[in-house]
Amino acid sequence: MDPIFYTLQDFMTYTEGVTYLLVIATLAGMTVFWWFLTGKDED
Amino acid sequence: MAQVTTGERKSIFSLFNLIALIVLGVGVYLTYLRFTGGLASVTNLSDYNPWGIWISFDLLCGVALAAGGYVTSSAVYLFGMKKYHSAVRPAILTGFLGYALVFLAINYDVGRPWRLPYPLVVQQGTTSVLFEVGLCVATYLTVLFIEFSPAAMEWLGLKRARSLVVKLTILLTIFGVVLSTMHQSSLGALFLIVPSKLHPLWYSSYIPIYFFVTSIIAGLSMVIFESTLSHRFFAYKMDETHLQEANGLTLGFGKAASYVLAGYFAIKVLGISAGNQWHYLTTGYGTWYLVELLGFVALPSLLYAFGVRTKSLTLIKFTSVLAILGVILNRFNISLVAFNWHLPASERYFPHWMEIGISVFIVMIGLLLYRFIVTRMPILYEHPDYKDAH
Repeated sequence: MDPIFYTLQDFMTYTEGVTYLLVIATLAGMTVFWWFLTGKDED
Repeated sequence: MAQVTTGERKSIFSLFNLIALIVLGVGVYLTYLRFTGGLASVTNLSDYNPWGIWISFDLLCGVALAAGGYVTSSAVYLFGMKKYHSAVRPAILTGFLGYALVFLAINYDVGRPWRLPYPLVVQQGTTSVLFEVGLCVATYLTVLFIEFSPAAMEWLGLKRARSLVVKLTILLTIFGVVLSTMHQSSLGALFLIVPSKLHPLWYSSYIPIYFFVTSIIAGLSMVIFESTLSHRFFAYKMDETHLQEANGLTLGFGKAASYVLAGYFAIKVLGISAGNQWHYLTTGYGTWYLVELLGFVALPSLLYAFGVRTKSLTLIKFTSVLAILGVILNRFNISLVAFNWHLPASERYFPHWMEIGISVFIVMIGLLLYRFIVTRMPILYEHPDYKDAH
């Protein structure tokens, strides 16, 4: 269920917070994916 | 050692030629109807839906799918990946024909072809994104023509002119990248003006970035797909260099496409998060959005990756088709399916069969021109007089 926002501050805090967490996950995920993609290059 | 193969001569009465003849015949008739009877005589366009599949497919998809030219030439000439050199000419040719056909197709939509230069020489709408798109496409078509011209000059024996143009290669490549970056993203920026008409899942202030990134995906995938088709139908025209580099090209471009697709998937998810649009995902449009995002972005990214790791060329070639369909689906979703999503079904646009007929006609012209050029000019092989002269 979506949270209820009473102010723009609430909205921005929530959405930016979630987005920043996703950015960190993306950076980690892209690094792991790069290892997966190039893992067999040396073979 | 590179060598020119003369190739086999096939009968003119083939199934493809028969189909081509029918499509061209119908296309010429539809062209006559369009330019004598106006848009209403051949299209379902209306004031609510002034842009139909001629924009969605011929222009938005055509420009994206022609991105192989700048992607390949920048990889080879700017990033120094010389092992993909044999792919440059086919990619430039595909790009040049793609943009030339976009130019042809826009005449059907706009009408009055003699007025096409007006935005450049009569009334410059310098505050319009569409002006920037038009200017970039016109300039880039010229750049692609010059980039393609050495092949034609080698065929015609114009050695001095060819050596002059070849000296401009790096400059033209830089022009190509700059102009492509601008207009590929600007095509997305055209939709920034319709936040109330485009479904929130597809509308984003980042849409120009999405368009640019997907053009790279389309370019990489198109080079793999075009290479596959060329090997199927024009292998007899290829020299040994071209044949030897083909597998490395498929693996290298497949790897790049996989990573770009993964990045695109990530920024799309971040876009949903930044707009807090998660709740739309549970609606009907949300399901369709997930089909596009998971089935035509995430899936091809993973399939490319598995194909690269297992060195499965078949899987990579199959995935290139999936990725291309994904870009086409994305452009159709943005310009047709999710566009005017508030309107009742009776007011929604569905193309007239004659609109589809003209799009097929234009694609057929492209196929025939590609075949004409590839079977005559040194596209898939190095001309014996200019070996290693790049």
